[in-house]
Amino acid sequence: MMRAPDTQITRPGLRAWLNSDAPASRFQARMIQLYLGWLKLRGNPLALIGFLIIVALVLMAIFAPWLATAEPSAQDLGQRLLPPGSAGHLLGTDELGRDIWSRIVYGSRITLMIVTLVAVTAPVFGLLVGTLAGYIGGWVDEVLMRVTDIFLAFPKLILALAFVAALGAGIENAILAISLTAWPPYARIARAETLTIRNADYIAAISLQGAGALHIITRHVWPMCLSSLIVRVTLDMAGIILTAAGLGFLGLGAQPPMPEWGAMISAGRKFVLDQWWVATMPGLAIFTVSLGFNLLGDGLRDILDPKKSKS
Amino acid sequence: MTDTLGTAGRRRGATPPLFKLARALAATLLSVLLTIIGLLFVTFLIGRVMPVDPVLAIVGERASQEMYEAAYRSLGLDQPLYVQFWIFLKSVAVGDFGMSTLTARPVAEDVLRVFPATLELATLATIIGVCFGVPMGVISAVHEGRWPDHLVRLFGLFGYSMPVFWIGLMGLLVFYGILGWVGGPGRLDIYYEDIIPPVTGMILIDSLIAGDMTIFWNAVSHIILPASILGYYSLAYISRMTRSFMLEQLSQEYITTARVKGLSERAVIWRHALGNVMIPLITVVALSYATLLEGSVLTEVIFAWPGIGQYITNALLSADLNAVLGGTVVVGLVFILLNLLSDLLYKIVDPRAR
Repeated sequence: MMRAPDTQITRPGLRAWLNSDAPASRFQARMIQLYLGWLKLRGNPLALIGFLIIVALVLMAIFAPWLATAEPSAQDLGQRLLPPGSAGHLLGTDELGRDIWSRIVYGSRITLMIVTLVAVTAPVFGLLVGTLAGYIGGWVDEVLMRVTDIFLAFPKLILALAFVAALGAGIENAILAISLTAWPPYARIARAETLTIRNADYIAAISLQGAGALHIITRHVWPMCLSSLIVRVTLDMAGIILTAAGLGFLGLGAQPPMPEWGAMISAGRKFVLDQWWVATMPGLAIFTVSLGFNLLGDGLRDILDPKKSKS
Repeated sequence: MTDTLGTAGRRRGATPPLFKLARALAATLLSVLLTIIGLLFVTFLIGRVMPVDPVLAIVGERASQEMYEAAYRSLGLDQPLYVQFWIFLKSVAVGDFGMSTLTARPVAEDVLRVFPATLELATLATIIGVCFGVPMGVISAVHEGRWPDHLVRLFGLFGYSMPVFWIGLMGLLVFYGILGWVGGPGRLDIYYEDIIPPVTGMILIDSLIAGDMTIFWNAVSHIILPASILGYYSLAYISRMTRSFMLEQLSQEYITTARVKGLSERAVIWRHALGNVMIPLITVVALSYATLLEGSVLTEVIFAWPGIGQYITNALLSADLNAVLGGTVVVGLVFILLNLLSDLLYKIVDPRAR
């Protein structure tokens, strides 16, 4: 841990509190950890750019009504297919005269929703499967890991397509289908971490003190799995966004008139040679956000998971 | 005590390596078999919950109640689920995926017809990915932490971040619409279609066999853009992996030895280090090839490429149940088998992995 100069330690204040190398509470210890992480992130310009892109996406989603210059689904057939820079239409209009900028702004909410829902379902399910397999061991481990391997061996996009076909097109089913294909890597990571943790001395110590399996898993195993899972989730985010956009593009994800970016590209496809902006703009949005998650994920790997950062 | 340990040790040491290899192969094959059954089971379940009535698809909407029930029974739908799965397994084993309602032909026949187009595209894309990805990874590793490295990594990250259907559209816009350098969507210009007799189903090869260079170059102008775009994804992956393998090799002592012996830097890097990287790289290339077969779905839709991806997508959109299941099973099988192949190649080429 970094040791601040003595003058700073004696001076009371937030920075000193964050620089302390003898945290007085668990909360302070966590905050110091976060602060150190932030310092490292700040030292990595690419990761910082990624972080800022994500922050911008979140802000865009929150303040969509203020940032948008028009209703995202307000049609005006007299103003259709206007080029970017037209009066009142920063990025032009689409085939129904809807303002592309406003649709992209509102579309950020859909992207964020997809990402959040997948990020809270797939890793949680993977964590459950992985820790159970790793902690119980024996035939439970054998069966669960066999199922995981089967899902890992599937072509993901095709499987997601087939799931959506079975469940019916729509944004909720697209999210479900992506989650169903995304959990296996998390299960493997959680199992590997569990195997090393469960043989640690401190686990033996607390189980001798009478801690049950449930207590050990929820209070001691899960927290230790978190950092590897977070890194993996961030690295997977771009892929999730791209898959969701792909489903939307094929007409299997978000349905019209939802301003989903992939579906917007699909609509603009017909005019791409003459009115290039209709398909180009939402694609740029997808590209920027995926790049943000990729840059941040690379950086987070260095911060949270120093042992693997070399590979 | 010491004696028994000694003989046991000797006996274990005496196990012929071929036998060990065979046992490893058997274990791998068993797990692949389980995976394939799992794939078939999941596909089967998807087919059962899909909101399409397979009976109506066969008898049509005007069929009488008796006809409907006869077809219902002939499909085995009155049987319990595990019997139905068994029927499904048996028909898949003999390559029978039923009829496609969209094309009114057997699905197996359809898949065989469209698959070469995908194979052609994915193969060319992999070649592009290897030809550019490997040297870029090597350069990146040699200049670790300096601008060539950053440039290559950023170029790769860009690839990871772009939706393939969008970059396909942009490629069409720029290289076809504005510059006119490449052919448009489809495999050939329309007036060249159906001239070449299909031998392999891959137009580049078929036109060479027929000796028709005009059609060959026309096919090249059509395939080059989608193949480059798919190849970009493969390049991003291959260059990243090459870089990390090279970094590992370059820190080994035999590299120092080679340098001390006075070998030129070029020989050290491109012959010694890269030579050792080739082995794990085989696995990477096989994996990326498998991913490309799948990744071609969206590319095929954009470029109107009549391959398996477009076939599955069309089937999905028109609720053609048999075609969706058949296509999914075939792509899944190829995917699993390519994974197996890369695994086996690795074990055969690298004795340490046995």
